[in-house]
Amino acid sequence: MTPVLDIRSLARAWDGKPALRDLSLTLQAGGMLGLIGPDGAGKTTAMRMACGLLRPDGGEVRVLGLDVQRDGAAIRPLIGYMPQRFSLYPDLSVDENLRFFSELHGLSRDQRQQRRERLLAFSRLEPFTRRRAGALSGGMKQKLALACTLIHEPRLLILDEPTTGVDPVSRQEFWDLLGDLARGGMALWVSTPYMDEAERCGHIQLLHQGQVIAEGRPAELSASFPRRILRLEGADPQAVRQLVQAFAGVVLHRFGHSLHLVCDPDQEEGLRLALRQANLEAKPQPPTLEDAFFHAVAHGSLAA
Amino acid sequence: MLAVAAKEFLHILRDPRTLAVALVMPLAMVLLYGYAIDMELRALPIAVLDEEGGVRSRQLVEDVQSSGFIQVVERLSSREQIEPGFRHNRFLAALVIPAGHARRLGQGREAPVQVVVDGADGSTAATVGAYLEQAIALHNGRRLPGAGLKPPLRVEPRTWFNPQRVSAHFIVPGLTAVVMIMVCALLTSISIVRERETGTLEQVLTAPVQARELILGKLQPYLLIGALDTAVIFFVGRVVFQVPMNGSWLALAGYSLLYIWVALAMGLLISALVRTQQVAMMIALVVTLLPALLLSGFIFSHASMPLPLQVVGHLIPATWYLRIVRGVMLAGVNAWPREALVLAGMGVAITGLALKRFQKRLDD
Amino acid sequence: MRPTTESGLAVRAHHLSRRFGDFTAVDSLDLDVEAGEIFGFLGANGAGKTTAIRMLCGLLAPSAGEAWVDGLPISTHGEAVKRRIGYMSQRFGLYDDLRVGENLEFYGGIYGLDSAAIKARRGELLERLDLSQALDRPTGSLPLGYKQRLALGVALLHRPPILFLDEPTGGVDPVARRAFWDLIYEVAAEGTTVFVTTHYMDEAEYCGRVSIMVAGRIQALGTPASLKAEHGARDMQDLFLKVVGT
Repeated sequence: MTPVLDIRSLARAWDGKPALRDLSLTLQAGGMLGLIGPDGAGKTTAMRMACGLLRPDGGEVRVLGLDVQRDGAAIRPLIGYMPQRFSLYPDLSVDENLRFFSELHGLSRDQRQQRRERLLAFSRLEPFTRRRAGALSGGMKQKLALACTLIHEPRLLILDEPTTGVDPVSRQEFWDLLGDLARGGMALWVSTPYMDEAERCGHIQLLHQGQVIAEGRPAELSASFPRRILRLEGADPQAVRQLVQAFAGVVLHRFGHSLHLVCDPDQEEGLRLALRQANLEAKPQPPTLEDAFFHAVAHGSLAA
Repeated sequence: MLAVAAKEFLHILRDPRTLAVALVMPLAMVLLYGYAIDMELRALPIAVLDEEGGVRSRQLVEDVQSSGFIQVVERLSSREQIEPGFRHNRFLAALVIPAGHARRLGQGREAPVQVVVDGADGSTAATVGAYLEQAIALHNGRRLPGAGLKPPLRVEPRTWFNPQRVSAHFIVPGLTAVVMIMVCALLTSISIVRERETGTLEQVLTAPVQARELILGKLQPYLLIGALDTAVIFFVGRVVFQVPMNGSWLALAGYSLLYIWVALAMGLLISALVRTQQVAMMIALVVTLLPALLLSGFIFSHASMPLPLQVVGHLIPATWYLRIVRGVMLAGVNAWPREALVLAGMGVAITGLALKRFQKRLDD
Repeated sequence: MRPTTESGLAVRAHHLSRRFGDFTAVDSLDLDVEAGEIFGFLGANGAGKTTAIRMLCGLLAPSAGEAWVDGLPISTHGEAVKRRIGYMSQRFGLYDDLRVGENLEFYGGIYGLDSAAIKARRGELLERLDLSQALDRPTGSLPLGYKQRLALGVALLHRPPILFLDEPTGGVDPVARRAFWDLIYEVAAEGTTVFVTTHYMDEAEYCGRVSIMVAGRIQALGTPASLKAEHGARDMQDLFLKVVGT
């Protein structure tokens, strides 16, 4: 089957500085691919090139087999792109925003009516059709932006940090909507700074300094974290900090009342012993995606 | 307050566009306007028919001449002498001061004087008429203070008045009033909205800084820029257009600072009232440029306006500054206590309003 | 520890309310925050968090009720309160056209520090926030993580005993967020009270106590562990959804 999105060796530099090097990926219909990475890793650059908004220095992007550079006009109706700062018109109502975007895509009156109803129901914005977009809450704005992005029924949805600044309840709701879309056969490519969101993707690529430094299913990535984490409850951080100084490379993180000590596997025994001598009982802490992310960013890969 | 002023300075320096607007635009406008007008008209010959012959009427004739661009070449003894004078091109207009002039003034009544203009050379004649009218208005301000909205000495214009024919001597000082209020109001109009938009206002207001300090701090650097602008305009007026300077530079500088302050405060008030930078700039342009251009007496004299427009004209700062600047430069009169007082009052009122409005607006 | 109030409370709100027209953004809020605490002030968008923080920082007058910050009533001692708090908002409040050092100088100036004091404090903060190499860079050109640390520096300039952070980590990547929280812990360890809002539930876990606000009222208050136990929640995300969800 032709992948919905097929990217080969995509590269781009800004003023001679590489922003993205050698990005390759394939995304099938119904798939959800997550792109995570620190600020400036090249996420937005990659997404803009995939939409044909930015010319790559090298590599190619194919959407349903069509080349983004050559067949731009044919590809546009296939892609829905929601940029990081998707701007709705704050002085237009929910309805007027939707209408504008449907006119932009040249929909017929019937199509417009039909999709409007479907999208309003889908995004649960029906009660607010006459409210001005500027007066919507952050979560509702994002849903409206999503509805506007979906108005031409794209096959591929590209979302650049869609939930930044949105509260947890709205984020959950938003991702439930994305899940529905994927189940309906749409292909989704999403970037996010939230690890809990990344965990909802079928496949994740971790981008750092323009390069993919790790990728796989979320569970695979957390499992391949090469170090060990020990958890201490209610210990004095200062005392523990002093204690672990003897162990090279051990990192200490605070999480409210608990402390996480990250060490190499061969250090674990010694560290536990030292802690026990100080009357501290460390428990093993299973690594999360975030731990994997940190390690990969700090060391350039998930290798030990 | 100093911290705010210093920071505001950095903003100006970092933004070449603002700086360009602040320094180049006024210069360009003055040069453009100045050159667009005929500079040939100077020392226009007129005749005077003084039927009164008293101190009052002598003062009027003196004042009319003091500006330097009107010269009394002949004294007439009867109206019959006007026409031959026109025919032989000895003078372009005649000023008739009817008998009973001083008596009427003494009774606080209107004392009309008549300006008779040679219609043969339409445009020149119109200019002379306009000059005379302005000169008489100056005389009003100078000799007959406290006359209120309706000056006791009134000219009824008889000639169509073509603004394009007024000379640079007259235009450039007036232009200062128009250009400065526009530029200064534009400069400050975005200063508060911008901070509201970027969120820095919120941060600043969590510090123990008073709204008063913030507003006054913001005024300072722009006051300096405004002063610089004014100096540049006057310099150009003097050197390029040879506008006479019959009064004191020091007095003019003082009045100009007062005027700049009023203009800057208007910008700040707008900035405290609106939500976005674009709207602020639009409003600043509309409320400063048009009234200053049309209603200040810059082009159209107040005397020729219907009453409501005259009233509006007297509410705009440019009107008062215009009188001062023409009076100081052309008539050589340095003392304008009433006009200065009005400007100061406007400055205090507008600054106060901006402050009050600004404090209120933190609550939404 | 820095001496704070006699009662030992850094923030206290009593029936604090704020209405906008007929909409009640904050509805009779009661809250005690101990000196030296890291207090997480959670809630959905529009629940009234920002309004409450703005009142506590003196940016907004309450419609009813009273609050004390560092023992001082905000209604009568607004200016004195401002000297005792540091504030950092999600928008950071930095001047993009000024350099890093100039932003610190300006804010030092409006807090009334003299130039020698500003210089000393600036160096100290830049060192601590790992921004020394960025001193002369225009603020607008900095990555988000740098701006965020600079905004924290601005809030800490005058050594306030209480720090209000309104969504300080919004949109910042996990690496920068963790670095930021390391700084918060350092500041708190010196006795500064930290009052913080966030949409990241993993960050809520970093707080000593949290409250969850729904429609202008506090619906849950306690340590993350006790709240999770009380509501039978797996983690903070789950807890949040349970408390906020109807």
